[in-house]
Amino acid sequence: MKIIAKSIGLLGLAGTIVPPFLFMLHKLDSAPMQSVMLVSCVAWFVTAPMWMRSE
Amino acid sequence: MVETTEQTQASGSEYERERVPDHALKGPSAFWGMYASEHTAGTEFMIGPLFIKWGASASSLIFGLLLGNLLAVLTWRFLTAEIATKQRLTLYFKMEKIAGRGLVSIYNLANGILFCFLAGSMITVSATAVGPFFPTMAMPDFSSRLPTGPGWIAACVVIGLAMTFVATKGYGVVAKIGHFSAPWMFLIFISCALVTLGKLDNYNVWELLTPPAGTPERISFWGVVFFSWFCNAAMHLGMADLSVLRFAKSPNAGFASAAGMFLGHYVAWICAALLLVYWVRAHGVDPTVGKDPGSMVNDAVGYAGLICVIVAGWTTANPTIYRAGLAFQGILPSMSRTVSTMIAGAVCIGAGIFPAFAMNLLGFVGIYGTILAPIGAIIIVDHFFAERVGIPVDPALRSGSPFNFAVLLAWLIPVGAAMFLHLRHDVFASFLPLPTAIACGLFYIVLSKTIGPQPSRA
Repeated sequence: MKIIAKSIGLLGLAGTIVPPFLFMLHKLDSAPMQSVMLVSCVAWFVTAPMWMRSE
Repeated sequence: MVETTEQTQASGSEYERERVPDHALKGPSAFWGMYASEHTAGTEFMIGPLFIKWGASASSLIFGLLLGNLLAVLTWRFLTAEIATKQRLTLYFKMEKIAGRGLVSIYNLANGILFCFLAGSMITVSATAVGPFFPTMAMPDFSSRLPTGPGWIAACVVIGLAMTFVATKGYGVVAKIGHFSAPWMFLIFISCALVTLGKLDNYNVWELLTPPAGTPERISFWGVVFFSWFCNAAMHLGMADLSVLRFAKSPNAGFASAAGMFLGHYVAWICAALLLVYWVRAHGVDPTVGKDPGSMVNDAVGYAGLICVIVAGWTTANPTIYRAGLAFQGILPSMSRTVSTMIAGAVCIGAGIFPAFAMNLLGFVGIYGTILAPIGAIIIVDHFFAERVGIPVDPALRSGSPFNFAVLLAWLIPVGAAMFLHLRHDVFASFLPLPTAIACGLFYIVLSKTIGPQPSRA
């Protein structure tokens, strides 16, 4: 479970930084970039508490 | 762990009046995480664009921030962490030993009020995230001093009340959210910069950060260096971080501040500055008037960015309100922490409604450091030099004095002179913490020898 959460969380981080990078290179439009970033944000905040140490 | 540690320290239940025992010491990883999350805050969205407003050159931003943040890290390592790991006491308990309990109450009042204004700035930044949902609501810009309308006041009050309510419950949950959100928030700052580069179709960051010809340079290279060095002066030179670093196994934990300085106060500031560069170049916004963070971030990365603006403001304002409440409670110990936190929250909301504080953040953090950093100089003298110059260590404790007038005068005289220079002669506030602290230390030595309490001889 922890491994799955960590994988989704890391995908969430990737989904936060890769779409803007593709936008910068004119490979992705603004609307899909913003949508992927929002989904990635939800993925990160749901999964991070499951595996990330808070101490 | 650091958030938890800080919370328990702040609530007064963990080694607040004794040395931290060896079994409670923490390894370096806790400190790297704490500094990274604490210094990627909502106010970074304000500070980056303010550099553009002030006409900072590209070299000032790229190299000035690098040097200033390096000096801040070295101050944390070789002064704060050095003293923290030798003394292993909170700032308040150490000050009580030097200055007496009565004077610590005055320090608490100054600290609490300044915390409130800082948290108020964070409420202002978070409230700008409401703007994109209500297009008719006027948002503040750099020139705003007063509330922009009833909608703005309502946004600040609602956000401030929510923050205060959570702060009355302690800040454990929000501190955890801050910890989890730190890596994501940092990537949002980077994303904003990438989108800006794409929109401007220009990947030359140096060229983008270069102000247009004829722009007056209101902040020099050394202004940027001193700002980035002393924007957290209260924490390092002022020794507020003794409370955190006293748990460190080694003074090298002070190097952990590099995570906050180079991610939050270097990369994030430059990314935030690029947001305003885009609005100036693409929309013709006057850089001296600026644009609110919520609108800029929403335009760049959408709702994820707005969530970041709120989370970044919330996770840093909340512990600040909590600490302000504790500072007020320190003055009147009979007052419950809930009441003191609500009083602090009310002051914060009042400050947040008025954009003047957030829009003058470059000046405010300098004043904040100028007032609080000199207290650290007294601790530095007590720790490193007292025996060498022939003044007593921990004089209030050893003499039984509840109020050390030598400390009060050594603190107030340089701070008064510094505020005169700032207010009457317009000296940039970030240039003042260092000379004020040095003067305070020297005054303390002289005054300790003349009017300071002397240890009672058995």
